[in-house]
Amino acid sequence: MVDGTLGAVGAVPPAEVEDMELYHPKSWVTRYVFCQDAKVISIQYSLTALSIGLVALVLSWLMRLQLGFPSVFSFIDANAYYQFITMHGMIMVIYLLTAILLGGFGNYLIPLMVGARDMVFPYVNMLSYWVYLLAVLVLVASFFVPGGATGAGWTLYPPQAILSGTPGRDWGIILMLASLIIFIVGFTMGGLNYVVTVLQARTRGMTLMRMPLTVWGIFTASVMALLAFPALFVGAVMMLFDRVLGTSFFMPALVEMGQQLQYGGGSPILFQHLFWFFGHPEVYIVALPAFGIVSDLISTHARRNIFGYRMMVWAIVAIGALSFVVWAHHMYVSGMNPYFGFFFATTTLIIAIPTAIKVYNWVLTLWLGDIHLTVPMLFALGFIVTFISGGLTGLFLGNAVVDVPLSDTMFVVAHFHMVMGVAPILVIFGAIYHWYPKVTGRMLNEALGQLHFWITFLGAYAIFFPMHYLGLVGVPRRYHELGEAAFNTPSVGTLNAFITIVALIVGAAQLVFLFNLAWSLVRGKEAGGNPWKATTLEWQTPETPPAHGNWGKELPVVYRWAYDYSVPGAEEDFVPQNQPVVARAGAREGAPA
Amino acid sequence: MNKVQEAIVRPSGWRGIVADWSGDQRAFKNVSWGKAMMWIFLLSDTFIFGLFLLSYMTVRMSTIVPWPNPSEVFALTIGDRKMPLILIAIMTFILISSSGTMAMAVNFGYRRDRVKTAVLMLLTAALGATFVGMQAFEWTKLIVEGVRPWGNPWGAPQFGSSFFLITGFHGTHVSIGVIFLAIIARKVLRGDFDRERRGFFTSRKGNYEIVEIMGLYWHFVDLVWVFIFALFYLW
Repeated sequence: MVDGTLGAVGAVPPAEVEDMELYHPKSWVTRYVFCQDAKVISIQYSLTALSIGLVALVLSWLMRLQLGFPSVFSFIDANAYYQFITMHGMIMVIYLLTAILLGGFGNYLIPLMVGARDMVFPYVNMLSYWVYLLAVLVLVASFFVPGGATGAGWTLYPPQAILSGTPGRDWGIILMLASLIIFIVGFTMGGLNYVVTVLQARTRGMTLMRMPLTVWGIFTASVMALLAFPALFVGAVMMLFDRVLGTSFFMPALVEMGQQLQYGGGSPILFQHLFWFFGHPEVYIVALPAFGIVSDLISTHARRNIFGYRMMVWAIVAIGALSFVVWAHHMYVSGMNPYFGFFFATTTLIIAIPTAIKVYNWVLTLWLGDIHLTVPMLFALGFIVTFISGGLTGLFLGNAVVDVPLSDTMFVVAHFHMVMGVAPILVIFGAIYHWYPKVTGRMLNEALGQLHFWITFLGAYAIFFPMHYLGLVGVPRRYHELGEAAFNTPSVGTLNAFITIVALIVGAAQLVFLFNLAWSLVRGKEAGGNPWKATTLEWQTPETPPAHGNWGKELPVVYRWAYDYSVPGAEEDFVPQNQPVVARAGAREGAPA
Repeated sequence: MNKVQEAIVRPSGWRGIVADWSGDQRAFKNVSWGKAMMWIFLLSDTFIFGLFLLSYMTVRMSTIVPWPNPSEVFALTIGDRKMPLILIAIMTFILISSSGTMAMAVNFGYRRDRVKTAVLMLLTAALGATFVGMQAFEWTKLIVEGVRPWGNPWGAPQFGSSFFLITGFHGTHVSIGVIFLAIIARKVLRGDFDRERRGFFTSRKGNYEIVEIMGLYWHFVDLVWVFIFALFYLW
């Protein structure tokens, strides 16, 4: 049991490092635009990610309109549909989820939660955002170039990604690959900062095993991203060469429209390996920060210490490590040696163990807890439910024999949307409701939040549960129109229309959220420094919102772990991490007099 | 950042590592932020080079056309004698030597010997620039002989693609290193690190440790070259 007791107050070691030097902004531009403060960078990252996410949301509407009401909307032809699907996937996974969880929450929470004044290299951190913005702009530009955005599917599999039949083959694919390369450069600058800040810039008393799980999740995900993004970088560079210079890294000998192409001798499977060596860790790069954040939300709003903290940490690390040896389960139908399938199915199913440990621990944290059904808590509970639903179908798909018939059906779409779309997005919403008071000093509106939650949560199930059924009856993914196929029964058509209508409603509900963000900024209830009565350091700052440098003159000193909720004998039902431990008769721990 | 208070005596060996990682503030005691960041960056960069080399080996196996013989392609005729790999041997010698001068620069940096540090760094940069220059010569020669990213006169087109990709990516690393060596050498010579002059962009005080961090990068780039040499030229 980690109770964070150090014995005596004087046991906190002295400072090893001089206090951080900060660049103090001299003008409006260096304070709000080219700003080196991680908190401002975080807001810039988050707003950019949410804006580009809105584009992806609209794209999903357009796709659903076509699927629900085929041939009604003449402007959505097959080419446009593939462009929407590709851009929706890429934006959501990389430019929204990765960027907001690591660049957004990472920048805001890491320095505050570990008790640092800022990231270790604020200038590099600032560059990270501007390079990310450039990547987003290049991506957006691909909508407007001749031929439009690429329609290769978000996995960009060659050879089709760069052949002339694919929409966006002229410029779209080039801009997409360029944007990915730029994104990776920008992320590396940020990721190095997050990792070094956690490892080397914690405050006195903050041991690794006292860090909130949020920091553990973001830290592990950043390490993984630094090791996984190189694969995407390498794949993107080589495909760019194939497209622009006519090399044949990924291109076999091909006949197109009766003409032998100049390509030959390359390996399309090589790209799939590179892509998924990045792509599978990417799933956990998105999931691990969500796991960490949801642990803190549950513990805080159930007023109970997290169950099995050490297990939670090791599960995060184990999932991170295992996720590098499962990538080929995305390639069961690619034509691999069957023994590979056996190996990757085994490793994939092993990941279920640490994941299940986490789910049990969340449930056991809630057990007998003093559950406050606040909006962040609702989203956290919604995450547990959706994550279990999506995770269980993962057990189906992880088995090579079960995957083969289900591969490339709507079942897969339903699975990954549930587990890495809906679940992390619910956590992101929960986290925004939770930390918005710290960022702005005002609470988000509760009633609007409840409305937002229930529509989003129930809507997600209404959208994705029927989609599993569609997959089981054989409806393929990535089809612009189902036509006269045997699986296209009347019930399939009705369900597709139903899903589309729900998707439009759920999408519109996000406007409520955006309205809430803007309205509460001015009209929200004053939050005070620690509205949720939370223990972690970010709620103990001298000012709210925290000033540049976070902590005033003295850095906080940490005496205990992050989960001292409802400690018997304590005066309040939470004990902040920076409250000294005082031995007192009759109580194991207590607040100082 | 390197003024460190040694408060407690730490155990040595594995116990020391466990103690460091279960302690507060820093997981790597006595490692500055900059050095930690460079090590982690190099780990990430290792993955990039490693995957480039793995991809090269994969396409070398997947192509059905014979692979050109490197010892014939990379041969120079000097006088009457055809000498296989002679240019690459000289390039490798130069780059490895530059690692030596870099290590000496780091040593003199910690002795705060401004002039010797700067001169050795500039010598390292000159050796690096020579390497890049010889690479340019090698590229030119091959291009004149008809090697292109998409094909060559002797066999598998992947030969040219991998060659230009991998040596180009490595050469870019060397060139970036040369530029930063020159920048830091200038700062050393000007006495920035003795006077704790603040950086133009970061407005932070610099110190001589940046010479060592630069050295880490430089040795890494040399080490990568050894693998490229072994896997591309000797195989």
